[in-house]
Amino acid sequence: MAEADELTVGETATKSGFLGLSDVSISEDIPVEGEITVPMASHSQDEDYSTLDEPVRETIIRDLKAVGKKFVHVMYPKKSNALLRDWDLWGPLVLCVSLALMLQGGSADSKEDGGPQFAEVFVIIWFGAVVITLNSKLLGGTISFFQSLCVLGYCVLPLTVAMLVCRLVLLASMGPINFLIRLIVVIAMFAWSTLASTAFLADSQPPNRKALAVYPIFLFYFVISWMILTFTPH
Amino acid sequence: MAAPQELTFHEFEVATDQLAETPGAAAISSLEELQGHVSLAVDKEDQEDGELVENDQTQLLGGEKQSPKFWTFSYHQSFFDVDTYQVLERIKSSLLPAPRQNFVKHCLRHHPDLYGPFWICATLAFTLAVSSNLSTLLQSWSQSSFSYSPQFHKVTVAGITIYCYAWLVPAALWGFLQWRKGVRERVGCYTFLETVCVYGYSLFIYIPTVVLWLIPISGLQWFFGVLAVSLSGAVLLLTFWPLVRSDTKVVSAVLLTVMVALHALLAIGCKIYFFQSLPSRSVPVTQAPLHQATAPGSSRTSAAS
Repeated sequence: MAEADELTVGETATKSGFLGLSDVSISEDIPVEGEITVPMASHSQDEDYSTLDEPVRETIIRDLKAVGKKFVHVMYPKKSNALLRDWDLWGPLVLCVSLALMLQGGSADSKEDGGPQFAEVFVIIWFGAVVITLNSKLLGGTISFFQSLCVLGYCVLPLTVAMLVCRLVLLASMGPINFLIRLIVVIAMFAWSTLASTAFLADSQPPNRKALAVYPIFLFYFVISWMILTFTPH
Repeated sequence: MAAPQELTFHEFEVATDQLAETPGAAAISSLEELQGHVSLAVDKEDQEDGELVENDQTQLLGGEKQSPKFWTFSYHQSFFDVDTYQVLERIKSSLLPAPRQNFVKHCLRHHPDLYGPFWICATLAFTLAVSSNLSTLLQSWSQSSFSYSPQFHKVTVAGITIYCYAWLVPAALWGFLQWRKGVRERVGCYTFLETVCVYGYSLFIYIPTVVLWLIPISGLQWFFGVLAVSLSGAVLLLTFWPLVRSDTKVVSAVLLTVMVALHALLAIGCKIYFFQSLPSRSVPVTQAPLHQATAPGSSRTSAAS
Protein backbone atom coordinates (compact mmCIF):
# COMPACT_ATOMS: atom_id res chain seq x y z
CA MET A 1 0.00 0.00 0.00
CA ALA A 2 2.79 2.35 0.94
CA GLU A 3 4.73 1.55 -2.21
CA ALA A 4 1.74 2.25 -4.32
CA ASP A 5 1.42 5.58 -2.59
CA GLU A 6 5.03 6.47 -3.27
CA LEU A 7 4.54 5.73 -6.92
CA THR A 8 1.49 7.89 -7.05
CA VAL A 9 3.27 10.59 -5.10
CA GLY A 10 5.83 10.74 -7.83
CA GLU A 11 3.13 11.07 -10.36
CA THR A 12 1.44 13.89 -8.58
CA ALA A 13 4.50 16.03 -8.90
CA THR A 14 4.00 16.15 -12.61
CA LYS A 15 0.24 16.22 -12.75
CA SER A 16 -1.93 19.00 -11.36
CA GLY A 17 -2.65 18.93 -7.69
CA PHE A 18 -6.30 18.13 -7.69
CA LEU A 19 -6.24 15.27 -10.16
CA GLY A 20 -3.27 13.76 -8.43
CA LEU A 21 -5.22 13.56 -5.25
CA SER A 22 -7.72 11.24 -6.82
CA ASP A 23 -4.89 8.89 -7.62
CA VAL A 24 -3.97 8.78 -3.97
CA SER A 25 -7.30 7.76 -2.67
CA ILE A 26 -7.94 4.96 -5.17
CA SER A 27 -5.17 2.51 -5.74
CA GLU A 28 -5.02 1.24 -9.27
CA ASP A 29 -3.99 -2.27 -8.29
CA ILE A 30 -7.25 -3.35 -6.82
CA PRO A 31 -9.81 -3.93 -9.49
CA VAL A 32 -13.35 -3.05 -8.73
CA GLU A 33 -15.59 -5.90 -9.48
CA GLY A 34 -18.80 -7.31 -8.29
CA GLU A 35 -22.41 -7.53 -9.20
CA ILE A 36 -24.79 -4.74 -9.42
CA THR A 37 -28.20 -5.90 -8.40
CA VAL A 38 -31.12 -3.59 -8.14
CA PRO A 39 -33.12 -4.47 -5.07
CA MET A 40 -36.59 -5.01 -6.32
CA ALA A 41 -39.80 -5.28 -4.37
CA SER A 42 -40.40 -8.83 -3.40
CA HIS A 43 -42.12 -10.53 -6.24
CA SER A 44 -44.65 -12.84 -4.79
CA GLN A 45 -46.32 -15.51 -6.74
CA ASP A 46 -48.52 -12.79 -8.14
CA GLU A 47 -45.90 -12.36 -10.80
CA ASP A 48 -46.81 -15.68 -12.25
CA TYR A 49 -50.45 -14.92 -12.71
CA SER A 50 -52.05 -11.51 -12.68
CA THR A 51 -54.99 -10.90 -10.44
CA LEU A 52 -56.95 -9.79 -13.46
CA ASP A 53 -57.90 -13.32 -14.37
CA GLU A 54 -59.18 -14.51 -11.05
CA PRO A 55 -62.90 -14.69 -10.40
CA VAL A 56 -64.50 -11.56 -8.99
CA ARG A 57 -65.65 -13.39 -5.90
CA GLU A 58 -62.03 -14.07 -4.94
CA THR A 59 -61.06 -10.44 -5.34
CA ILE A 60 -63.94 -9.26 -3.24
CA ILE A 61 -63.33 -11.83 -0.53
CA ARG A 62 -59.65 -10.94 -0.41
CA ASP A 63 -60.43 -7.27 -0.03
CA LEU A 64 -63.10 -7.97 2.57
CA LYS A 65 -60.64 -10.05 4.55
CA ALA A 66 -58.13 -7.23 4.47
CA VAL A 67 -60.74 -4.76 5.67
CA GLY A 68 -61.89 -7.15 8.37
CA LYS A 69 -58.35 -7.71 9.57
CA LYS A 70 -57.93 -3.97 9.94
CA PHE A 71 -61.15 -3.71 11.90
CA VAL A 72 -59.75 -6.25 14.33
CA HIS A 73 -56.55 -4.26 14.61
CA VAL A 74 -58.54 -1.15 15.50
CA MET A 75 -60.59 -2.88 18.15
CA TYR A 76 -57.49 -4.34 19.76
CA PRO A 77 -54.90 -1.68 19.07
CA LYS A 78 -51.47 -3.15 19.35
CA LYS A 79 -48.45 -1.81 17.64
CA SER A 80 -48.73 -3.67 14.40
CA ASN A 81 -47.82 -2.45 11.00
CA ALA A 82 -50.66 -4.06 9.13
CA LEU A 83 -52.84 -0.99 9.30
CA LEU A 84 -50.07 1.26 8.14
CA ARG A 85 -48.38 -0.85 5.54
CA ASP A 86 -51.34 -2.07 3.53
CA TRP A 87 -53.55 0.92 3.71
CA ASP A 88 -56.87 1.02 1.98
CA LEU A 89 -59.77 3.43 2.09
CA TRP A 90 -62.65 0.97 1.72
CA GLY A 91 -63.11 0.61 5.43
CA PRO A 92 -63.23 4.35 6.11
CA LEU A 93 -65.69 4.82 3.27
CA VAL A 94 -68.02 2.13 4.57
CA LEU A 95 -67.79 3.47 8.11
CA CYS A 96 -68.34 7.06 7.06
CA VAL A 97 -71.35 6.25 4.89
CA SER A 98 -72.97 4.08 7.55
CA LEU A 99 -72.38 6.72 10.25
CA ALA A 100 -73.82 9.44 8.04
CA LEU A 101 -76.84 7.30 7.19
CA MET A 102 -77.47 6.52 10.84
CA LEU A 103 -77.25 10.19 11.75
CA GLN A 104 -80.06 10.94 9.35
CA GLY A 105 -83.60 11.07 10.41
CA GLY A 106 -83.18 13.31 13.38
CA SER A 107 -86.07 15.56 14.22
CA ALA A 108 -86.21 19.25 14.79
CA ASP A 109 -88.69 22.04 15.01
CA SER A 110 -87.47 23.72 11.91
CA LYS A 111 -85.30 22.42 9.20
CA GLU A 112 -82.23 24.50 10.08
CA ASP A 113 -82.25 23.52 13.68
CA GLY A 114 -81.74 19.88 13.03
CA GLY A 115 -78.77 17.67 13.26
CA PRO A 116 -76.10 17.35 10.63
CA GLN A 117 -77.20 16.35 7.17
CA PHE A 118 -75.57 13.50 5.27
CA ALA A 119 -73.30 15.82 3.33
CA GLU A 120 -72.24 17.64 6.48
CA VAL A 121 -71.18 14.44 8.22
CA PHE A 122 -69.37 13.23 5.12
CA VAL A 123 -67.52 16.52 4.69
CA ILE A 124 -66.62 16.77 8.35
CA ILE A 125 -65.15 13.28 8.45
CA TRP A 126 -63.19 13.41 5.21
CA PHE A 127 -62.18 17.06 5.32
CA GLY A 128 -61.29 16.73 8.98
CA ALA A 129 -59.14 13.68 8.29
CA VAL A 130 -57.36 15.45 5.42
CA VAL A 131 -56.69 18.52 7.55
CA ILE A 132 -55.31 16.43 10.40
CA THR A 133 -53.09 14.50 8.01
CA LEU A 134 -51.77 17.72 6.48
CA ASN A 135 -51.19 19.09 9.95
CA SER A 136 -49.16 16.09 11.04
CA LYS A 137 -47.15 16.15 7.84
CA LEU A 138 -46.45 19.86 8.17
CA LEU A 139 -45.28 19.31 11.73
CA GLY A 140 -42.68 16.96 10.36
CA GLY A 141 -44.36 13.59 10.64
CA THR A 142 -42.99 10.67 8.71
CA ILE A 143 -46.22 8.93 7.93
CA SER A 144 -47.55 9.09 4.42
CA PHE A 145 -50.74 10.89 3.45
CA PHE A 146 -52.93 7.89 2.69
CA GLN A 147 -51.66 5.84 5.60
CA SER A 148 -52.76 8.56 7.96
CA LEU A 149 -56.15 8.89 6.25
CA CYS A 150 -56.53 5.13 6.51
CA VAL A 151 -55.80 5.07 10.25
CA LEU A 152 -58.07 8.00 11.03
CA GLY A 153 -60.88 6.51 8.99
CA TYR A 154 -60.62 3.04 10.51
CA CYS A 155 -60.55 4.47 14.04
CA VAL A 156 -64.05 5.82 13.48
CA LEU A 157 -65.21 2.21 13.98
CA PRO A 158 -65.75 2.46 17.77
CA LEU A 159 -67.85 5.57 17.25
CA THR A 160 -69.94 3.83 14.60
CA VAL A 161 -70.55 1.05 17.11
CA ALA A 162 -71.54 3.72 19.63
CA MET A 163 -74.00 5.20 17.13
CA LEU A 164 -75.54 1.78 16.61
CA VAL A 165 -75.88 1.28 20.35
CA CYS A 166 -77.40 4.76 20.74
CA ARG A 167 -79.99 4.13 18.08
CA LEU A 168 -80.95 0.86 19.73
CA VAL A 169 -81.14 2.49 23.16
CA LEU A 170 -83.28 5.28 21.75
CA LEU A 171 -85.89 2.75 20.70
CA ALA A 172 -86.72 2.49 24.39
CA SER A 173 -88.37 5.33 26.27
CA MET A 174 -86.58 8.64 26.60
CA GLY A 175 -85.44 9.76 29.99
CA PRO A 176 -82.42 10.65 32.02
CA ILE A 177 -81.29 7.02 32.38
CA ASN A 178 -81.50 6.68 28.62
CA PHE A 179 -79.32 9.73 28.23
CA LEU A 180 -76.87 8.54 30.86
CA ILE A 181 -76.38 5.21 29.11
CA ARG A 182 -75.78 6.95 25.81
CA LEU A 183 -73.38 9.40 27.44
CA ILE A 184 -71.30 6.63 28.99
CA VAL A 185 -71.19 4.60 25.78
CA VAL A 186 -70.21 7.59 23.66
CA ILE A 187 -67.53 8.72 26.08
CA ALA A 188 -66.05 5.21 26.24
CA MET A 189 -66.00 4.83 22.46
CA PHE A 190 -64.55 8.32 22.03
CA ALA A 191 -61.70 7.42 24.37
CA TRP A 192 -61.19 4.14 22.51
CA SER A 193 -61.05 5.87 19.11
CA THR A 194 -58.64 8.52 20.28
CA LEU A 195 -56.35 6.04 22.00
CA ALA A 196 -56.39 3.68 19.03
CA SER A 197 -55.47 6.33 16.50
CA THR A 198 -52.90 7.85 18.82
CA ALA A 199 -51.27 4.46 19.23
CA PHE A 200 -50.82 4.24 15.49
CA LEU A 201 -50.02 7.82 14.64
CA ALA A 202 -48.10 9.27 17.55
CA ASP A 203 -44.93 7.37 16.87
CA SER A 204 -44.44 8.94 13.51
CA GLN A 205 -44.16 12.42 14.98
CA PRO A 206 -41.02 14.11 16.23
CA PRO A 207 -40.96 13.59 20.00
CA ASN A 208 -41.36 17.19 21.12
CA ARG A 209 -44.40 17.75 18.92
CA LYS A 210 -46.49 14.73 19.79
CA ALA A 211 -49.03 16.77 21.72
CA LEU A 212 -49.39 19.17 18.82
CA ALA A 213 -50.23 16.30 16.49
CA VAL A 214 -52.52 14.45 18.90
CA TYR A 215 -54.72 17.41 19.87
CA PRO A 216 -56.41 17.77 16.44
CA ILE A 217 -57.21 14.05 16.50
CA PHE A 218 -58.84 14.56 19.89
CA LEU A 219 -60.86 17.49 18.53
CA PHE A 220 -61.93 15.47 15.47
CA TYR A 221 -63.29 12.54 17.44
CA PHE A 222 -64.85 14.93 19.95
CA VAL A 223 -66.86 16.58 17.21
CA ILE A 224 -68.01 13.21 15.86
CA SER A 225 -68.93 12.09 19.40
CA TRP A 226 -70.91 15.29 19.86
CA MET A 227 -72.85 14.62 16.69
CA ILE A 228 -73.62 11.10 17.90
CA LEU A 229 -74.61 12.16 21.40
CA THR A 230 -76.95 14.92 20.27
CA PHE A 231 -78.83 12.71 17.86
CA THR A 232 -82.52 12.70 18.65
CA PRO A 233 -84.96 10.62 16.67
CA HIS A 234 -88.56 11.43 15.78
CA MET B 1 -2.76 34.73 -11.98
CA ALA B 2 -2.09 34.62 -8.30
CA ALA B 3 -5.76 34.35 -7.36
CA PRO B 4 -6.65 31.10 -9.16
CA GLN B 5 -3.42 29.57 -7.95
CA GLU B 6 -4.29 30.42 -4.40
CA LEU B 7 -7.78 29.06 -4.93
CA THR B 8 -6.62 25.73 -6.27
CA PHE B 9 -3.97 25.45 -3.63
CA HIS B 10 -6.39 26.01 -0.77
CA GLU B 11 -8.87 23.69 -2.34
CA PHE B 12 -6.27 21.00 -2.47
CA GLU B 13 -5.52 21.41 1.23
CA VAL B 14 -9.17 21.30 2.16
CA ALA B 15 -9.65 18.27 -0.01
CA THR B 16 -6.76 16.51 1.59
CA ASP B 17 -8.17 17.18 5.01
CA GLN B 18 -11.42 15.64 3.96
CA LEU B 19 -9.92 12.65 2.29
CA ALA B 20 -7.11 12.17 4.79
CA GLU B 21 -7.25 8.49 5.44
CA THR B 22 -3.78 7.45 4.46
CA PRO B 23 -0.65 8.97 5.90
CA GLY B 24 0.43 9.47 2.33
CA ALA B 25 -2.04 12.25 1.98
CA ALA B 26 -0.30 14.47 4.52
CA ALA B 27 2.99 13.74 2.81
CA ILE B 28 1.53 14.90 -0.44
CA SER B 29 0.37 18.22 0.93
CA SER B 30 3.79 19.04 2.34
CA LEU B 31 5.30 18.00 -0.96
CA GLU B 32 2.94 20.29 -2.77
CA GLU B 33 3.90 23.15 -0.52
CA LEU B 34 7.49 22.75 -1.60
CA GLN B 35 6.70 22.29 -5.21
CA GLY B 36 3.53 24.29 -5.29
CA HIS B 37 4.47 27.00 -7.67
CA VAL B 38 6.32 24.58 -9.90
CA SER B 39 3.49 22.16 -10.42
CA LEU B 40 0.90 24.81 -10.77
CA ALA B 41 2.89 26.93 -13.13
CA VAL B 42 3.50 23.97 -15.44
CA ASP B 43 -0.06 23.17 -16.23
CA LYS B 44 -2.14 25.39 -18.31
CA GLU B 45 -4.87 22.90 -17.75
CA ASP B 46 -5.40 24.77 -14.56
CA GLN B 47 -8.34 26.37 -16.19
CA GLU B 48 -10.24 23.13 -16.17
CA ASP B 49 -9.41 22.63 -12.56
CA GLY B 50 -10.21 26.24 -11.91
CA GLU B 51 -13.63 25.68 -13.35
CA LEU B 52 -14.02 22.51 -11.38
CA VAL B 53 -12.92 24.31 -8.27
CA GLU B 54 -15.26 27.20 -8.90
CA ASN B 55 -18.09 24.81 -9.52
CA ASP B 56 -17.34 23.12 -6.25
CA GLN B 57 -17.20 26.43 -4.49
CA THR B 58 -20.42 27.61 -6.00
CA GLN B 59 -21.97 24.32 -5.11
CA LEU B 60 -20.75 24.67 -1.58
CA LEU B 61 -22.08 28.21 -1.39
CA GLY B 62 -25.31 27.30 -3.13
CA GLY B 63 -25.78 24.50 -0.65
CA GLU B 64 -26.84 27.13 1.83
CA LYS B 65 -30.60 27.19 1.94
CA GLN B 66 -32.32 29.31 -0.61
CA SER B 67 -35.71 30.29 0.66
CA PRO B 68 -38.19 27.72 -0.73
CA LYS B 69 -40.78 28.75 -3.23
CA PHE B 70 -44.40 29.33 -2.35
CA TRP B 71 -45.73 26.19 -3.99
CA THR B 72 -43.30 23.76 -2.42
CA PHE B 73 -44.23 21.78 0.65
CA SER B 74 -41.21 22.92 2.63
CA TYR B 75 -42.33 26.54 2.34
CA HIS B 76 -45.48 25.76 4.24
CA GLN B 77 -43.66 23.43 6.56
CA SER B 78 -41.64 26.37 7.82
CA PHE B 79 -44.78 27.79 9.38
CA PHE B 80 -45.39 24.71 11.46
CA ASP B 81 -41.89 24.55 12.82
CA VAL B 82 -42.89 24.87 16.45
CA ASP B 83 -42.59 22.61 19.44
CA THR B 84 -45.23 21.95 22.06
CA TYR B 85 -43.61 24.14 24.70
CA GLN B 86 -43.36 27.04 22.25
CA VAL B 87 -47.06 26.91 21.46
CA LEU B 88 -47.89 26.76 25.16
CA GLU B 89 -45.59 29.69 25.86
CA ARG B 90 -47.23 31.76 23.14
CA ILE B 91 -50.66 30.97 24.49
CA LYS B 92 -49.61 31.98 27.99
CA SER B 93 -48.24 35.32 26.90
CA SER B 94 -51.37 36.05 24.92
CA LEU B 95 -53.37 35.67 28.10
CA LEU B 96 -51.26 37.94 30.26
CA PRO B 97 -50.38 41.32 28.85
CA ALA B 98 -46.91 42.32 29.98
CA PRO B 99 -46.04 45.94 29.30
CA ARG B 100 -42.39 45.34 28.75
CA GLN B 101 -42.70 42.27 26.57
CA ASN B 102 -43.93 42.76 23.08
CA PHE B 103 -45.68 39.58 21.94
CA VAL B 104 -44.18 39.68 18.50
CA LYS B 105 -40.65 40.50 19.53
CA HIS B 106 -40.52 38.41 22.66
CA CYS B 107 -42.47 35.31 21.75
CA LEU B 108 -42.53 35.08 18.02
CA ARG B 109 -38.99 36.28 17.41
CA HIS B 110 -39.47 36.38 13.66
CA HIS B 111 -40.72 32.83 13.72
CA PRO B 112 -44.49 33.06 13.36
CA ASP B 113 -46.41 29.84 13.14
CA LEU B 114 -49.76 29.01 11.63
CA TYR B 115 -50.49 26.03 13.89
CA GLY B 116 -51.71 28.15 16.79
CA PRO B 117 -54.04 30.47 14.87
CA PHE B 118 -55.59 27.68 12.83
CA TRP B 119 -56.33 25.25 15.63
CA ILE B 120 -57.34 27.92 18.12
CA CYS B 121 -59.90 29.18 15.61
CA ALA B 122 -61.16 25.64 14.97
CA THR B 123 -61.45 24.92 18.67
CA LEU B 124 -63.21 28.20 19.29
CA ALA B 125 -65.72 27.60 16.50
CA PHE B 126 -66.66 24.14 17.79
CA THR B 127 -66.66 25.29 21.41
CA LEU B 128 -69.03 28.12 20.51
CA ALA B 129 -71.43 25.77 18.77
CA VAL B 130 -71.35 23.19 21.58
CA SER B 131 -71.72 25.78 24.35
CA SER B 132 -74.49 27.52 22.54
CA ASN B 133 -76.39 24.26 22.17
CA LEU B 134 -75.81 23.38 25.82
CA SER B 135 -76.94 26.78 27.04
CA THR B 136 -80.14 26.54 25.01
CA LEU B 137 -80.65 23.12 26.56
CA LEU B 138 -80.03 24.38 30.08
CA GLN B 139 -82.40 27.29 29.69
CA SER B 140 -85.28 25.36 28.21
CA TRP B 141 -84.75 22.19 30.23
CA SER B 142 -87.57 22.78 32.62
CA GLN B 143 -90.09 24.09 30.13
CA SER B 144 -92.90 21.79 29.24
CA SER B 145 -92.78 22.43 25.54
CA PHE B 146 -89.13 21.56 25.37
CA SER B 147 -87.85 19.53 22.46
CA TYR B 148 -84.18 19.25 21.93
CA SER B 149 -82.62 20.18 18.63
CA PRO B 150 -78.92 19.89 17.87
CA GLN B 151 -78.77 23.19 15.95
CA PHE B 152 -75.93 22.02 13.81
CA HIS B 153 -76.03 25.03 11.52
CA LYS B 154 -74.42 27.03 14.31
CA VAL B 155 -71.16 25.22 13.66
CA THR B 156 -71.10 26.63 10.14
CA VAL B 157 -71.95 30.14 11.29
CA ALA B 158 -69.40 30.09 14.09
CA GLY B 159 -66.68 28.72 11.84
CA ILE B 160 -67.18 31.31 9.15
CA THR B 161 -67.30 34.18 11.65
CA ILE B 162 -64.19 33.19 13.54
CA TYR B 163 -62.10 32.43 10.50
CA CYS B 164 -63.14 35.63 8.75
CA TYR B 165 -62.23 37.64 11.81
CA ALA B 166 -58.92 35.89 12.30
CA TRP B 167 -57.81 36.37 8.69
CA LEU B 168 -59.53 39.44 7.24
CA VAL B 169 -58.93 41.80 10.14
CA PRO B 170 -55.16 41.12 10.27
CA ALA B 171 -55.05 41.48 6.49
CA ALA B 172 -56.74 44.87 6.69
CA LEU B 173 -54.54 45.93 9.57
CA TRP B 174 -51.38 44.86 7.81
CA GLY B 175 -52.42 46.64 4.63
CA PHE B 176 -53.18 49.79 6.55
CA LEU B 177 -49.83 49.70 8.36
CA GLN B 178 -47.99 49.12 5.11
CA TRP B 179 -49.67 52.16 3.67
CA ARG B 180 -48.77 54.27 6.69
CA LYS B 181 -45.21 53.03 6.43
CA GLY B 182 -45.11 54.40 2.93
CA VAL B 183 -46.49 57.73 4.06
CA ARG B 184 -44.42 58.21 7.21
CA GLU B 185 -41.17 56.38 7.34
CA ARG B 186 -40.81 55.79 11.03
CA VAL B 187 -43.94 53.74 11.31
CA GLY B 188 -42.95 50.11 11.53
CA CYS B 189 -44.81 47.08 10.32
CA TYR B 190 -44.90 43.43 11.15
CA THR B 191 -45.09 40.83 8.44
CA PHE B 192 -48.53 39.58 7.46
CA LEU B 193 -47.98 36.23 9.15
CA GLU B 194 -46.88 37.82 12.40
CA THR B 195 -50.09 39.86 12.43
CA VAL B 196 -52.19 36.77 11.76
CA CYS B 197 -50.29 34.98 14.49
CA VAL B 198 -50.95 37.72 17.05
CA TYR B 199 -54.64 37.79 16.26
CA GLY B 200 -54.92 34.02 16.30
CA TYR B 201 -53.32 33.65 19.69
CA SER B 202 -55.32 36.56 21.09
CA LEU B 203 -58.50 34.61 20.37
CA PHE B 204 -57.45 31.88 22.77
CA ILE B 205 -58.95 33.58 25.80
CA TYR B 206 -62.40 33.32 24.29
CA ILE B 207 -62.34 29.53 24.60
CA PRO B 208 -62.60 29.39 28.40
CA THR B 209 -64.86 32.45 28.29
CA VAL B 210 -67.31 30.68 26.02
CA VAL B 211 -67.35 27.66 28.31
CA LEU B 212 -67.93 29.90 31.32
CA TRP B 213 -70.84 31.56 29.52
CA LEU B 214 -72.78 28.38 30.20
CA ILE B 215 -73.44 29.72 33.67
CA PRO B 216 -76.88 31.24 33.25
CA ILE B 217 -76.29 34.29 35.45
CA SER B 218 -76.34 37.26 33.12
CA GLY B 219 -74.17 39.56 35.22
CA LEU B 220 -71.47 36.95 35.49
CA GLN B 221 -71.54 36.39 31.73
CA TRP B 222 -70.98 40.07 31.03
CA PHE B 223 -68.22 40.17 33.62
CA PHE B 224 -66.37 37.30 31.94
CA GLY B 225 -66.88 38.89 28.56
CA VAL B 226 -65.47 42.21 29.66
CA LEU B 227 -62.53 40.48 31.32
CA ALA B 228 -61.70 38.51 28.18
CA VAL B 229 -61.98 41.52 25.89
CA SER B 230 -59.83 43.67 28.15
CA LEU B 231 -57.08 41.06 28.55
CA SER B 232 -56.72 40.20 24.89
CA GLY B 233 -57.35 43.78 23.84
CA ALA B 234 -54.50 44.84 26.10
CA VAL B 235 -52.21 42.29 24.47
CA LEU B 236 -53.13 43.58 21.03
CA LEU B 237 -52.64 47.18 22.08
CA LEU B 238 -49.27 46.51 23.63
CA THR B 239 -48.18 44.63 20.54
CA PHE B 240 -49.14 47.30 18.07
CA TRP B 241 -48.37 50.41 20.12
CA PRO B 242 -44.63 50.49 19.27
CA LEU B 243 -45.50 50.51 15.59
CA VAL B 244 -47.89 53.41 15.56
CA ARG B 245 -46.23 55.38 18.32
CA SER B 246 -44.42 57.53 15.81
CA ASP B 247 -47.48 58.23 13.72
CA THR B 248 -49.78 61.18 14.14
CA LYS B 249 -51.86 61.11 17.28
CA VAL B 250 -55.13 61.04 15.40
CA VAL B 251 -54.25 58.10 13.21
CA SER B 252 -52.76 56.02 16.00
CA ALA B 253 -55.67 56.70 18.32
CA VAL B 254 -58.21 55.82 15.66
CA LEU B 255 -56.36 52.66 14.68
CA LEU B 256 -56.04 51.34 18.20
CA THR B 257 -59.64 52.19 18.99
CA VAL B 258 -60.86 50.39 15.91
CA MET B 259 -58.79 47.31 16.78
CA VAL B 260 -60.18 47.05 20.28
CA ALA B 261 -63.68 47.87 19.06
CA LEU B 262 -63.62 45.05 16.51
CA HIS B 263 -62.35 42.65 19.15
CA ALA B 264 -65.14 43.66 21.50
CA LEU B 265 -67.67 43.50 18.69
CA LEU B 266 -66.72 39.88 18.04
CA ALA B 267 -67.27 38.99 21.67
CA ILE B 268 -70.56 40.86 21.93
CA GLY B 269 -71.83 39.47 18.65
CA CYS B 270 -71.04 35.90 19.70
CA LYS B 271 -72.67 36.43 23.05
CA ILE B 272 -75.85 37.83 21.55
CA TYR B 273 -76.20 35.37 18.69
CA PHE B 274 -75.09 32.14 20.31
CA PHE B 275 -76.24 32.69 23.86
CA GLN B 276 -79.66 34.18 23.36
CA SER B 277 -81.74 34.23 26.46
CA LEU B 278 -84.94 32.51 25.50
CA PRO B 279 -88.37 34.00 26.17
CA SER B 280 -89.10 33.44 29.83
CA ARG B 281 -91.75 31.16 31.25
CA SER B 282 -93.87 34.08 32.41
CA VAL B 283 -95.61 34.23 29.00
CA PRO B 284 -96.73 30.66 28.42
CA VAL B 285 -99.89 31.74 26.59
CA THR B 286 -98.07 33.17 23.60
CA GLN B 287 -95.55 30.32 23.58
CA ALA B 288 -97.93 27.38 23.33
CA PRO B 289 -99.55 28.18 19.98
CA LEU B 290 -96.13 29.02 18.54
CA HIS B 291 -94.73 25.63 19.39
CA GLN B 292 -97.80 23.84 18.19
CA ALA B 293 -97.60 25.46 14.82
CA THR B 294 -96.56 23.07 12.08
CA ALA B 295 -94.47 23.77 9.00
CA PRO B 296 -96.54 26.57 7.48
CA GLY B 297 -96.20 28.41 10.77
CA SER B 298 -92.53 27.70 11.18
CA SER B 299 -91.58 31.04 9.73
CA ARG B 300 -93.65 32.66 12.42
CA THR B 301 -91.87 30.70 15.14
CA SER B 302 -88.42 31.61 13.90
CA ALA B 303 -89.39 35.24 13.55
CA ALA B 304 -90.87 35.33 17.04
CA SER B 305 -87.90 33.67 18.75
